[in-house]
Amino acid sequence: MELGFLLGSIIKIVAVLGWLYGLLQVMAHASRWVKIAGMIAAFGIIQAAFSLKIGDQSILNDFDAGLLFQACTMAMVALGLNLIYGFNGQFSLGQWGFYGLGAYAAAYVTYKWANDRTSSALFVLLIGVILAGATILMLRRFLSRYYNLPVLSAFTLYLLGCVAAAAVAVVAGNAVASVIDPLFGSREAPGLLSGDLALQIVFVLAVLCAGVFAAEVSFLFGLPVLSLGSDYFGIATLGFSIVINTLMVNSDTILPFPEMKGGRGMIGIPKLTTWFWVFIFLLLVIVVMRNLIHSSTGRAIMSVREDETASKAMGIDVASNKLLTFVIGSLFAGLGGGIYAHYIGFLSPGTFSFLAGFNPLIVVVFGGLGSMTGTLAASFGWMFFLEGLLRVLLGQLGTEAPTWRFVLYPIALLLLMLLRPQGLLGKTEWGFLRAPAVKPRAPASPPPDARATPAPAPAAK
Amino acid sequence: MANSNGSAPPNGAAILDIQGLTRFFGGLRAVNDFSLTIHQGELIGLIGPNGAGKTTVFNLITGLYTPSSGDIRFLGQSIAGLEPFEITQRGIARTFQNIRLFPNLTVLDNVRIAYHFHAGYTLFDAILRNRSFDRQEKELTERAQDFLAIFKLERVQDELAVNLPYGEQRRVEIARALASNPRLLLLDEPAAGMNPNEILNLMELIGFIRERFDLTILLIEHQMRVVMGICERITVMDFGEVIARGTPSEIQNNERVIEAYLGRGAN
Repeated sequence: MELGFLLGSIIKIVAVLGWLYGLLQVMAHASRWVKIAGMIAAFGIIQAAFSLKIGDQSILNDFDAGLLFQACTMAMVALGLNLIYGFNGQFSLGQWGFYGLGAYAAAYVTYKWANDRTSSALFVLLIGVILAGATILMLRRFLSRYYNLPVLSAFTLYLLGCVAAAAVAVVAGNAVASVIDPLFGSREAPGLLSGDLALQIVFVLAVLCAGVFAAEVSFLFGLPVLSLGSDYFGIATLGFSIVINTLMVNSDTILPFPEMKGGRGMIGIPKLTTWFWVFIFLLLVIVVMRNLIHSSTGRAIMSVREDETASKAMGIDVASNKLLTFVIGSLFAGLGGGIYAHYIGFLSPGTFSFLAGFNPLIVVVFGGLGSMTGTLAASFGWMFFLEGLLRVLLGQLGTEAPTWRFVLYPIALLLLMLLRPQGLLGKTEWGFLRAPAVKPRAPASPPPDARATPAPAPAAK
Repeated sequence: MANSNGSAPPNGAAILDIQGLTRFFGGLRAVNDFSLTIHQGELIGLIGPNGAGKTTVFNLITGLYTPSSGDIRFLGQSIAGLEPFEITQRGIARTFQNIRLFPNLTVLDNVRIAYHFHAGYTLFDAILRNRSFDRQEKELTERAQDFLAIFKLERVQDELAVNLPYGEQRRVEIARALASNPRLLLLDEPAAGMNPNEILNLMELIGFIRERFDLTILLIEHQMRVVMGICERITVMDFGEVIARGTPSEIQNNERVIEAYLGRGAN
C-alpha cells in the first residue's frame, strides 16, 4: 500500500507538471482555434480525472483536488510575488498579507449573501473599489502637474480620497442593498437572488473586487514605502503582513465584522470554488503576467531590477514603475485569496500568519527568480510533494511524524541554494511564457567580418 | 561668455545654458559657479584632472543630483530640480563612466528599453495584445534593430549584455542612449579602457552619429587624443571650477591647464 501510494504520488506529480507543460505549449500555438481547443482540453482532462474512476477510486480524489486548488492559488500569489521580487527586484514579505486581505474581503461578501441574505457587503465593496479606483486615478492625473510634491503629501491626499470614497461606498452600498434585498424573497418563497446562478455571479464579482481591493490597499501602502531601498522595503512589508494578521485576529473586536469571528476563524463561507473557476482565474493571471512581462512595460520593470540609475537615465519613471508592479502583484494575490477562501470554506488568521507568508517566497526562489514557468512548476510541485506525498508518507510513521517535513524541506531548499542558486528552472520558460523571438533584420549593409570595427557605417536604415 | 578666449562664434541657437551652477556635498564644494553654453550642433569637451567635478556636472545636468544653486536651461526651459527621467524625456541622454547596461537583459532589450517612454502603446494595449500593441511593438523593435545595425551589433541582439566584450558594451550603451531620441548627448569618458585602435574607431563613431542624428554632444574625456581630435571647444575644470575655455590648440598652450595637469614648476 505504501509503495503503491508512493508510486501513485510520483506519477501524479509528473503528470501535473506534464499537464502544465502541455498547456503552456498549446497556448503558444499560432492558431487561435488550436489555442482555445487546447485550453478546453487542458480543463477537460483534469475535470475528467476528478470523475473517472479506476476501481473504486477516482484518478484524482478529493484530497488531490484540494492540493490542485491550493497549488493554483499558490501559483497566483507566487506569480505576483515573482513580478515584484523576481522581475522588479523589490524584496517583499507583504504578499501573504494581500492574499489574506483578498480572502477575507471576498469571503465576507459571499458569506453575507448566502447566510444573511443581504447584498450590502457586495455593493459596499463593489462601489468602494470602483470609487477608490476612480479617485486614485483622478488624483494621480491631477498631482502629475506638480513637480517635487513630497511623497507623504501625495500619500495624505490619496488616503483622504480613499477614505472619502469608502464612506460614500458604505452609504451608497447600503442604500442600494435596501432596494435590492427584497428580491431574496423569504425562506419559504425564495426570490430571484436566492438561486445558484446569482450566487455564482456574486462569487466571481467578490473575487474580482477582492483582487482590486488588495491592489488599492497596496497602492496606498506602496506609495510611501516603495521610496525606501529594497531591504528596508522588505522590512516594511513584513510589518504590513503583521498588521493585517493582527487585524484578522481581532476582526470581531476592533473591527466591525463579527462574522469574521476573529481568532476563532471565519466559518460558513460558501464553498463555491470549482475547477472551472480555478482554471479560469489561473489562466487570467498567467496571460496578464506574460503579456505584461513581454511588453515595453515589462522591460522597464526588469530594467529597474537591473540598474535603477541607468533606468532613470533611460527616461523611466522608476518610482511609478515600482508602484505599478507592486499593485499588479498584489492584485494577483488578492484574486488568489478570493479563490482560496471559497475552496476551503474556513478562514483562520493562522493561515495568514507571517511565517506562512514565507511560503510564496520559497516557491518563487525555488522555481527561479524571474522565471514564470519556474514559479508555476514550483507551486504545483511544492504543494503535491510537501502536502501530498510527504505528509501522507510520514503520517504512516506516526501521528506527529508529518512535522518532519518542515525539517526536510528547508534542507532541500538549502541544498538547492548551494547547488543551483538560480532556482530549479533558472530563466527557462516554457511555450507560451517564452519571450517572442525577434528575427534578426536582414542587414542593409552586410559585411559580416566588419563586426569588430564600428566604422562610420555608411548604410542608411 | 562661453565663447571667451576667442573661439569661433557658433551659429546655432543655445541648446544648453548653465549659469552659476554650484553643488555642495557637506562642506565640500564639488562644483563651484560652473557656467557653460552649448549651441545646436556643437561638440564640446569637458576635461580636467581626476576629482575636478566633471561627472558631478553631468549628474547635475541629468538630474541625478539637484543643484545647490545656479540654473540649467535646456531648450530655453529650466530643468534644474527635475527628476532624471523627465530630463531624459525632454531630450538629454547620457552614458556612464563605468558602463551601466542592464546586464541580464539581451542587447536588443537594452536598446528597446530606451523607447519605453515613447513606446506609443499603453499597459492595457499590452495586456490585451491588440492591434495597436502589435503594430507599435513591431515598429519599435525594428527601430531598435536599425540602431543595432548602425553600431554593428545586430548579430549579438539576443546575447545578454553582460556577456559582451568591453568595447561592444560601450557601443550598446551609446546605441541605447541614442534610442531615447535625444537632442543633447552626454558621453562620460567613452574611451576609458580602450586600446588605441578602439579609440580611433570610437572617434569615427562619435563623428558619425553626430552627423547622422543631428546631435549636440558634450564629452568628458581623459584621453587627450580624443578631446583634441574631435572637440571644437573645450572647457577645463579643476577643483570644481572652470579654469580655461577655448579651442583645442588654445587649451594645449594654456598655462593654467598645463599646471593643473602637470603641476606647477618650482621657481
